[in-house]
Amino acid sequence: MTEAAAIGLQGFAAFGNTTLFSGLHFEVQPGWTCLLGASGVGKTTLLRLFAGLPTGATFDGSIRRPEHLAYMAQDDLLQARLSVLNNVLLGQHLRGEKPDMARASQLLKSVGLEGMEKRRPATLSGGQRQRVALARALMEDTKFALLDEPFSALDTANREKMQDLAFECLKGRHVLLVTHDPVEALRLGAHIKLLEAGKLNDLSALRGKAPHNTHSKQFATAYRELVSRLAGIK
Amino acid sequence: MRALVVTGLIIALWQLLVSVSGVPVFILPGPLSVLQASRENFSLLGLHAIYTMAEIVLGLIAGALIGIFCAVGMSLSDFFARSLRPLLSFSQAIPVFALAPILTLWLGYGLASKIVVVVLIVFFPIASAFYDGLQATPEGTLDLARLAKARRWKTFLWLRMPHALPSLGAALRIAAVYAPLGAVTGEWVGASHGLGYLMLLANGRMKTDLMFAAVAVLTLLTIALRTLVDWGLKRQAL
Repeated sequence: MTEAAAIGLQGFAAFGNTTLFSGLHFEVQPGWTCLLGASGVGKTTLLRLFAGLPTGATFDGSIRRPEHLAYMAQDDLLQARLSVLNNVLLGQHLRGEKPDMARASQLLKSVGLEGMEKRRPATLSGGQRQRVALARALMEDTKFALLDEPFSALDTANREKMQDLAFECLKGRHVLLVTHDPVEALRLGAHIKLLEAGKLNDLSALRGKAPHNTHSKQFATAYRELVSRLAGIK
Repeated sequence: MRALVVTGLIIALWQLLVSVSGVPVFILPGPLSVLQASRENFSLLGLHAIYTMAEIVLGLIAGALIGIFCAVGMSLSDFFARSLRPLLSFSQAIPVFALAPILTLWLGYGLASKIVVVVLIVFFPIASAFYDGLQATPEGTLDLARLAKARRWKTFLWLRMPHALPSLGAALRIAAVYAPLGAVTGEWVGASHGLGYLMLLANGRMKTDLMFAAVAVLTLLTIALRTLVDWGLKRQAL
């Protein structure tokens, strides 16, 4: 089995009598896969199934994924009473491993928070907090990163910066990003998937090197196409 | 500052009422007679205050430790939680005032019976508030533990406990105010020392001004204890 095929999910999921998807066959490719879909269609459920987190849905099928995962949610989930450094080291603390402080400091530097190890999360801005959450996710040395709308609570200027930073930091990994923002999906996605009526459909992503420039003519055309496609969802 | 002015006004009104109406001192002593009684009986009040304070502090520490131990145990072990929860509610259904005479019978007139009354009064609010705090960790935070496949006590140490510390802090503040009540209750039932004992003694001898002085000292002790606990908790950012 190749590395690329090592991450995938197939099966059936339902909330009570409402089927979310059935006969789904989802192989996560290297690079960024952006998952779009209307609210309540099961994007987050799909991502949480991948992460092995409780969903409240019944699932029947198989999931293949690496043992460790990098995970980011919309909420940064920083622990208020822990320092920035200990927040980054939280995964190791929770597993009872010896904390690798040098690596955590190195990662904080790479997300632009050098020297902030001892700060408390409450003293950081929203953008800085999400950077700490990114560093915490990067501590997990894994091929697979799951992102559940981690940029949606940020203002526009910060959002683009965070997207670029996350894209840079997660290079070479399999990234599954759940988003409701077509611009985000087009900017970052090497693959764009649309979850509708229990099926995953491929939408055309932009070719070339991501993150894409949103001001190009090409981007505007692709955006119009994508939005009209999304407007077709009942 | 405003509170000080209001308190001063009330005390002035009290003195005015006593002076104008001519109520006898053994019915309602004015603040000046209470102050004089405090000065005359300074060492007596001090001696009994030390006993009461010792009961309060020892009872509060023991009650807090037992309460914290119960909450932690219930959070870490389902078996412990299932066995102890009904017992906790039951312990609270027994009126402590009614138990005090029995405790005095069993443990005597000394410190022990009063400490146990204080423990009984403070341990439940601490155990129940801290336990509720430990169980109220947000689901998103617990996701981090699930992702790491953390053991229960690691989750407790790194996620649940830090989240519950403010609840524990609030419970300790309340306990600091209730603890003196427990100590004095114990002393009323049977004691040879303590401010509660002194109050009964003074009351029986129509030394109402001394009784008021004892109440004033107890109030000051309570305020001091509450301030100290509050200061300690604030230093821990709670």
